[in-house]
Amino acid sequence: MATSTKSDPKNMDLTLRIWRQDGPSDRGHLQTYEVSDISPDMSFLEMLDVLNEQLNAKGEEPIAFDSDCREGICGMCGLMISGHAHGPEKTTTCQLHMRSFKDGDTITVEPWRADAFPIIKDLVVDRSSFDRIIQAGGFISVNTGSAPEANAAPVPKQKADRAFQSAECIGCGACVAACPNASAMLFMGAKVTHLGELPQGQPERWARVVSMVSQHDHEGFGGCTNTGACSVACPKGIPQDVISTLNKDLRTAMRQGG
Amino acid sequence: MATTTLSAPTARKTTIALKLLMAVTGAFFVLYVLLHMYGNLKVLAGQEAFDTYAHHLRTFGEPMLPYGGLLWIFRILLLGSLIGHAYAAFTLWSRAGSARKTKYAVLKTAASAQWMRWGGVAILLFVVWHLIHFTIVKPVINVDGPDAAAIKASPYTMVVASFQLWWMVLIYLLALAALGLHLAHGVFSAQQTLGFTQTPKARARAKGIGNLTAALVVVGFAIPPLSILFGLVK
Ligand code: SF4
Ligand code: FES
Repeated sequence: MATSTKSDPKNMDLTLRIWRQDGPSDRGHLQTYEVSDISPDMSFLEMLDVLNEQLNAKGEEPIAFDSDCREGICGMCGLMISGHAHGPEKTTTCQLHMRSFKDGDTITVEPWRADAFPIIKDLVVDRSSFDRIIQAGGFISVNTGSAPEANAAPVPKQKADRAFQSAECIGCGACVAACPNASAMLFMGAKVTHLGELPQGQPERWARVVSMVSQHDHEGFGGCTNTGACSVACPKGIPQDVISTLNKDLRTAMRQGG
Repeated sequence: MATTTLSAPTARKTTIALKLLMAVTGAFFVLYVLLHMYGNLKVLAGQEAFDTYAHHLRTFGEPMLPYGGLLWIFRILLLGSLIGHAYAAFTLWSRAGSARKTKYAVLKTAASAQWMRWGGVAILLFVVWHLIHFTIVKPVINVDGPDAAAIKASPYTMVVASFQLWWMVLIYLLALAALGLHLAHGVFSAQQTLGFTQTPKARARAKGIGNLTAALVVVGFAIPPLSILFGLVK
């Protein structure tokens, strides 16, 4: 690599191998790019922005990738970075900083790979299969009108905490991306646990799990082998226990003839 | 894109139902393996105890059951479990393959799913050999040892003659290693699938039970062949 003149000795020169794919039917390939003078305080996406500016200046097609909030709360971003979903830290891609890398590193950037997440372009995948799973049962039915009295439905602290923790899922899809079976059980488990721990989730509880899991299977996600790679990759630290709850709910639904 | 409406979703047709089938049949295998281990350890008590035990297995429940009745009940249940376990495993295996047709160029996550699958296939092949070896054909493998008639007459003679060969012990130890790895993950996995691990504490306990079961089975099954190989049991 040519020795670049760095504006700060802490800055880095990096080699990037990035997945380029023109559209859903293109075969795609990994392409190598060099970026230099990258500050450790940049986020990973800002580093890609720098690369895209270079590409724009040269009249080349910039790399397509998803992002929205860039605060780690919306779940829009998500890249497979050198074999780790969202990179080497337990966070979202937008909250990953370049200080997690070293000068001279080669970084491979790939899209989430799952047939239920078809690639739209480059690093952008279509995750509407997640929306359809939620539409199938990840909701509660309430009457419209004025909000009910907050203390009318008491929730034990433990259940409230677990519901809250599960509700932290941002639907980013890292669990699917990291799973050796491309299974979405952690995502579903989080939703089923979130609603199943609360009184409002009870009326539709057993129908919910059956509809969601059926939709999940129909979308072409794989089955769970309880390896736990999902939980390791999850930027919100959703634990594997929610999958156990999902399994238990499905078993109960089965016993009830669902 | 329009929402795809499914015709009456059923719990029984889901991938989780397949996992439940694996968990229940796996649990039955674990029970059987522990009983089998207990029987093997009788070899330490000497020829008479071992052969009597083998005979009792066949006369158990007589006259309510015919000769060998209990064994046949077990064999049929085991065969049924095997079919269920393998059917679920291969169905999920092929699903996983088509759920990610394009592989990652670089991947750094646990590959224990592959270990379970290929390990399971290895155990299956071993079981076929094991049945030929000690149940169906009972070939004379140790040519310097007792003849075919003596082997058929006494299970003890058959077992001891086999494990006086170092390479035979090696085959069984390798199979045992595969079984140990399979159980360490499988016993945990079954508990997770059955919904027994809904808290971090319960999950840690389930993992402990998995490792403990694996260790118990590996040690319990390794003792008889090693004792024979080193001449502690003759
Ligand atoms: S469970 Fe975690 S990894 Fe999966 S979609 Fe939700 S936040 Fe992302
Ligand atoms: S862009 Fe919103 S979580 Fe990363």
